[in-house]
Parts: sequence; C-alpha cells; structure tokens
Amino acid sequence: MEQSTTFPRIVTDRRRRPFPLTTLGLLLASLPMLAYLLFPLLAMILRINPVTLLNNLTNPEIGQAIWLSMVTTTWSTALGLGFGTPLAYLLARRHFRGGSLLDTLIELPMVLPPSVAGIALLITFGRRGMIGAWLDDAGISIAFTTVAVVLAQTFVSAPFYIKTAVAGFAGVERELEQAAEIDGATPAQVFVWITLPLAWPVLLSGLVMTWARALGEFGATILFAGNFPGRTQTMPLAIYLGFEQDINLSLTLALILLGVSFLVLWIVKAILRQRVMTL
Amino acid sequence: MLWLPSAVLPTEAPVKHSPIAILTLLLTLLIAACGAPAAQSPPSPPAPTTAPTNAPTAPTAVAGTTLTVFAAASLTDAFKAIKPAFEAAHPGVTVVYNFAGAQQLAAQINEGAPADVFASANKKQIDVVISSSKIISGTAQTFVRNRLVVITPKANPAGITSLKDLAKPGLKLIFEAKAVPAGQYSLDFLTKASTLPEYTSAYSSTVLSNVVSYEDNVRSVLSKIVLGEGDAGIVYTTDAATVVDKINTIAIPDELNVIAVYPIAPLANSKIPDMAKAFIAYVLSPEGQQVLATYGFIPH
Repeated sequence: MEQSTTFPRIVTDRRRRPFPLTTLGLLLASLPMLAYLLFPLLAMILRINPVTLLNNLTNPEIGQAIWLSMVTTTWSTALGLGFGTPLAYLLARRHFRGGSLLDTLIELPMVLPPSVAGIALLITFGRRGMIGAWLDDAGISIAFTTVAVVLAQTFVSAPFYIKTAVAGFAGVERELEQAAEIDGATPAQVFVWITLPLAWPVLLSGLVMTWARALGEFGATILFAGNFPGRTQTMPLAIYLGFEQDINLSLTLALILLGVSFLVLWIVKAILRQRVMTL
Repeated sequence: MLWLPSAVLPTEAPVKHSPIAILTLLLTLLIAACGAPAAQSPPSPPAPTTAPTNAPTAPTAVAGTTLTVFAAASLTDAFKAIKPAFEAAHPGVTVVYNFAGAQQLAAQINEGAPADVFASANKKQIDVVISSSKIISGTAQTFVRNRLVVITPKANPAGITSLKDLAKPGLKLIFEAKAVPAGQYSLDFLTKASTLPEYTSAYSSTVLSNVVSYEDNVRSVLSKIVLGEGDAGIVYTTDAATVVDKINTIAIPDELNVIAVYPIAPLANSKIPDMAKAFIAYVLSPEGQQVLATYGFIPH
C-alpha cells in the first residue's frame, strides 16, 4: 500500500540499476512453478533402479519403440517443413479475406485433444472414411500402418511449425526483400537468399517444437494407427501400455524420452544462441 | 535486426548478475526441497491407512458419501445400470466409476489411486493388487462370468463366417494387448484351437499374423470393428450385446472358449469399508445378478 504511492519513482530507479531484492522476490515467486515442473521429473529419475534400467535397455520392444519413434518423427517433421513452409509464407506475406479465419483453423489441431484428431483421421483416412474408402478401392490402406503414425503426428504437430514460421517470416522486413527485388532478384532468389537466412532461427525453433510434439504424440496415434510393436507402437504407446504390465519398462522408456528430448532442445538452443549473437 | 518472438527463442532476460541469481536459485531450491515432504503429505490421504478397516462406527448413510468403484471396461454398461438401484437402497451414497482395462486399473491402484472396490475381468489383476497389499488375500470373490465371441462388421467385407476364416491371408484383425485379460483369453483360445486337427497346428500363428493392432481395452476393439476399420476382432459376448445391430457374431464353442471369471474385492485402505462391502453384496445379490444377466453376463 505504501509502495503504490512511490510506484513511479521505483520504476525509474529500476531502470538505472537492477535491484537485487526485486530479483530475489521474483525468484521466490517463480519457485513454486519451477518446483512443480521439476519434481515429477526428479521423481522419475529417483524411482528407477539403474540395474533394471540397463537390463531393460536390451529389451527388443524398447529398441523397436525408440527406432519407430525416431523414424516417424523425422518424417512428420519433414512433412511439416515441406508442406508447412509455403502455407506459412502465404499467411505471413499475403493479406487476404478469410486469412485470420484460416489462421484460426490451423490452430485448431493444437488445442483439440489428440483423441479428437485420432477420430477425425480415422473417419477421413480409415477404410470407410471420406478419403480412405476411395484409397481402399485403389488398394491403399492407411489405418494401422506406420504411415498412419506419421499422419497422426503431422496432424497434431505441423501447426506448431506453421504458427512459428508465420511469425518468423513476418519478422523479416519487407523492405529488405523489396530491395533485392529492385536489384533484379527473382521471387525464388529473394526467398532463398534473403527471407530464409533471416527467418531460419525462428523456423528452426518451430521445427523443434513440432518434432517434440510429434515425439510425444499418443492419443491420435493409438486411435488411428493402433498399437502393434515395431509397426505402430511408438515410445509414448509403449510407455502407456508398459505402465500396465511392468512399470520399470515404462520408466526406462520415459527416461530415454526425457534424455533425448532434453539433449535435442539443449543442442538446438545452443545453436540458436550462437546464431543470435552473431546476427 | 530481425524480430524474434520471445516465447520461441532462447533469449534469456538480461540477467547481468547471474552468479548471484544462480546462487539464490540454488539456495531457494534447497529450501524448497527441505520443505517439500511436509508440503506433499496433505494431498495424499489415500496412502496406506489401514486403521478404518475395523472402525466401530458404520457410516451407513452419511450424506455426500462417495463410493469409488474401479471396474473393468467390459462391465461399463452393466455397472452403470446397477448404480441407481444401489444408490436408491443406500441413500446419501453416490457411486463413482472408473472404467478401464483391468490391468490399467490395477496399475493405478498400486500407484495410489483412491478406490473402494475393484472389479476385475480376471484373477491375475486382482493378484497384482494383492501383491501390493492393497487388497487383502482371500477377500476377492467371483461375481460373474463372461465368454469370448468373434465379431465382424455388419457388412463383413472379408466374408468371415467361421472361426477357420480368421486364418485367411490378408485380413485385418484387431485384438486386445496381452496385458488386457481379453487379450490373454484370445491367445488361450487360439492355442486350444491349434491342438485340434480341424484347425491345424499353424492356426494360432496364422491368425496372429493377421493382427494389425493390439488395443488397450475391449471397448476400443469393439469401436474399431463397428467402424469397419478391422475385418474381425474378439470381444466378450457382453460387449457384442451392446451393438448387436452393427456387428455379426461368430460363437466360439465352449470347448475352445475361455470362461472369463470376474472377481470383485474391497480395497484394504478404503475409508468406507462397510459401504464397499455393501456394494459387493449388492452385486452378488439376486437383484444385482439379474442386472448383470440382462447385459449378457453368466451369473456366478
């Protein structure tokens, strides 16, 4: 109450030099969230017996699940990049009627429960689905295959890349592109030599978020692709089903997932940090 | 300069005095770690409190009492029908169900999920809970039986009309995972059939090579067959009975069928053991058995 009267002066003070007490207060206030986010991870690490962990590593089902997860997430991230980039550029550079509607529609898979995505994919690409029935006549069956896993992952994860890429492209100043155009660069040259190099740190972080989301994808996968070891049983599915049989198996996979995710995020952040500094 | 969304990039806030900040952080973390056990103890009342088991006061009709029943997915419809009758007979009690694969429920209970009654689709999952002392050995009793049936979508695109047809090449069969009781029973059925000359010894492996998915529970097998995504699946007769107009059934003869035995037991750490026992008694009573029978279960 007393502070509120002197509020403007404190603000100007803080601009001049950081006030350690404020930092301490901020840290204390951040602590509950930090602890809440970190304790469950710590609990998992502490719970597992290192010997069981090592024994489980040789379990073929675990190896299969890891391999399948790596292959499918690579594909789904690549699909997001390949097909998401034009869409993101369109949304960032062309302002048209219905643009914001389109933008909202693209966000939907991010907010919908993945199980909704699974049902949607099943009734679209399933044997009796809108597109699936037609594919089935052509002899192509998608549900319960590895392709279905990739499709499920792409559906829920690509919007993360697209949304980020839109922001990345929008951040590249139009004048720079126009300057290149005046100098005679073709639109493709402008994109490859001006827009992409300037936007790529943002694109990369978008890709990482997409990959991470794909790696954790569960609901849409189990509904649309089912569960078959080596074919559609990715790490999250193996963790879920392992929980019901042998919690140590689940914990092993969970820790691997944790470690891999942490490493990738850390490496990408390091690359980005270096890149941002040199910009 | 390039505009970068702060939420996306790892651009840290300009912390100039980072050593102090890190030290403070470590210190406060340490304090938090010391305080953590105290802070964690209140929200875990379902921890092993064995005391109320022989509590003298029987909370027969305390208004607002909630009885939590963990029940196998195949019991969904029958138990939902039992709920109003039981609640009418025990005013003030609300029955809350958690339906899932019995193996999942057992894992949840063992990890401390609060439950008063566990109704499993096989003895194995009851034993899993007994092994962690959350159910006292000898308190489980069989309350109903069930049997398996092969189902196909109504349109039956693969033309499956007999059990032998399950071995036709190129089918898409949807089974339950081995951890799910119905999944284990399905394997038992295939093994038994393989010993008979009319099915040949390769029957089991041929049928299994047609499986495209091992689902997490019976109901999701049922849904995928109803949707026509699979050519055939194996579920309980009781599950098939809920969607008779959308599927065809192929009976599995008794000599090959596995009669699933459903045990029910009170949880040792239930806060309302008398109510848990009352629920089990109701399920075993003629009225309860009658309800279960109307959903296709075989009385115990």
